Amino acid sequence: MTGSDVATRVIPCLDVAAGRVVKGVNFLNLRDAGDPVELARLYYAQGADEITFLDVTATIEDRATMYATVTATAEQVFIPLTVGGGVRTVDDVVRLLAVGADKVGVNSAAIARPDLVDEIATRFGAQVLVLSLDVKRSAPAGRERYPSGFVVTTHGGRTETELDAIAWAREAIQRGAGELLVNSIDADGTKQGFDLELVAAIREISPVPVVASGGAGALEHFAPAVAAGADAVLAASVFHDGLLSVGQVKGALRAEGVTVR
Amino acid sequence: MTTARPSVVVFDYGFGNVHSAAKALEEAGADVELTADRTRAVEADGLVVPGVGAFAAVVEGLRRAHGDEVVDRRLAGGRAVLGICVGMQVLFSGGVEGGTETEGLGEWPGIVERLDAPVLPHMGWNTVEAPGDSVLFAGVGDERFYFVHSYAMRAWTLEPYGRFAAPKITWAEHGERFVAAAENGPLSATQFHPEKSGEAGIRLLRNWLGSL
Repeated sequence: MTGSDVATRVIPCLDVAAGRVVKGVNFLNLRDAGDPVELARLYYAQGADEITFLDVTATIEDRATMYATVTATAEQVFIPLTVGGGVRTVDDVVRLLAVGADKVGVNSAAIARPDLVDEIATRFGAQVLVLSLDVKRSAPAGRERYPSGFVVTTHGGRTETELDAIAWAREAIQRGAGELLVNSIDADGTKQGFDLELVAAIREISPVPVVASGGAGALEHFAPAVAAGADAVLAASVFHDGLLSVGQVKGALRAEGVTVR
Repeated sequence: MTTARPSVVVFDYGFGNVHSAAKALEEAGADVELTADRTRAVEADGLVVPGVGAFAAVVEGLRRAHGDEVVDRRLAGGRAVLGICVGMQVLFSGGVEGGTETEGLGEWPGIVERLDAPVLPHMGWNTVEAPGDSVLFAGVGDERFYFVHSYAMRAWTLEPYGRFAAPKITWAEHGERFVAAAENGPLSATQFHPEKSGEAGIRLLRNWLGSL
């Protein structure tokens, strides 16, 4: 077996509600940060390797708005587009792919009914299915329930599930997840860096690509996530606030010897 | 000399992100139609066959839409066809997924198999090694292209034949070497997604359109 020259991806994530980009600090306070199509075009021009839309309200009315946003973006931005949030059924996936998504993120619906992962992967292939995990470090007393020390949460981290994060990641991969988007609830919004131990723990067991998410706040935060095993790094507010550009992040990665496009 | 935009049909048989392919081709300078109509698909200046999902499902879908006949008729007339991703894989003799071998369209010899790599799917932007006389990669041979697949053709076994021009094969590597693109007379194909490969992908599509 030989190597691969595949580049580490830099992925801006746009949290979208009612057709507008928002980013919550620890998911609790939503703050408007612009038009998703315009932002996606900006990131494309900056050299983004992929764009992720997260539908954070996912009400019935907002769904139609989201589909229009996806289509408008896919028509102008010629890089892969992942859409997550509120995906509950195979029909939701059919619809998202039809309006222009390349990959679909599934989170709480897969926790509620893991067979959904198998159904999507069987129908469309593992490559369209990104399993999103919102992960928290468990309290020391929780070690018996969560042997890895990491617990899967829902509702933006407010609700702990019964699932150990590593066990759930392993199961989802077996069921057909083609990529893992690992979001640290502890780190999210802190701008203090990714949870490197979490990334490393997931990498350890994952033969599918791992996207590190949550905590990016400065240029020096990205290379350590790659060193910990991430195939891609995802960030939101640092890009939306104009604090960092995609190009700057890539420059910082390159300076640390990471292969980027 | 005509300045008319070439007409391209993106074969819309239910297996691929056809809208992205159509928009990228428009951006590259084509008049694009999304259809599975056989006559339209045969008559267009160029035909793009996208493909996403399992090899067996894509072959079945393509045959159900008579895509195999459309491809054969076009190639018999020396008319350009471009396969993308699984739309490339099904052009080979067969594919093995989950231990089951499925017959492909058989335009090229060889069996598509799972890559041996530590991380699969191969998902992301990779470099390619294109021959100097490649038409598709003219001006973009040093760029990266977006791949997302677990299966690939690991050997090119079609030898130059008589007076036929030698096929131009472009390679990439993920765990092992595999065919990233092939240019063989009117039949071309890419394992990566040019329609998702940013400006480099648009340029590659423009190169293809220029050959029509």
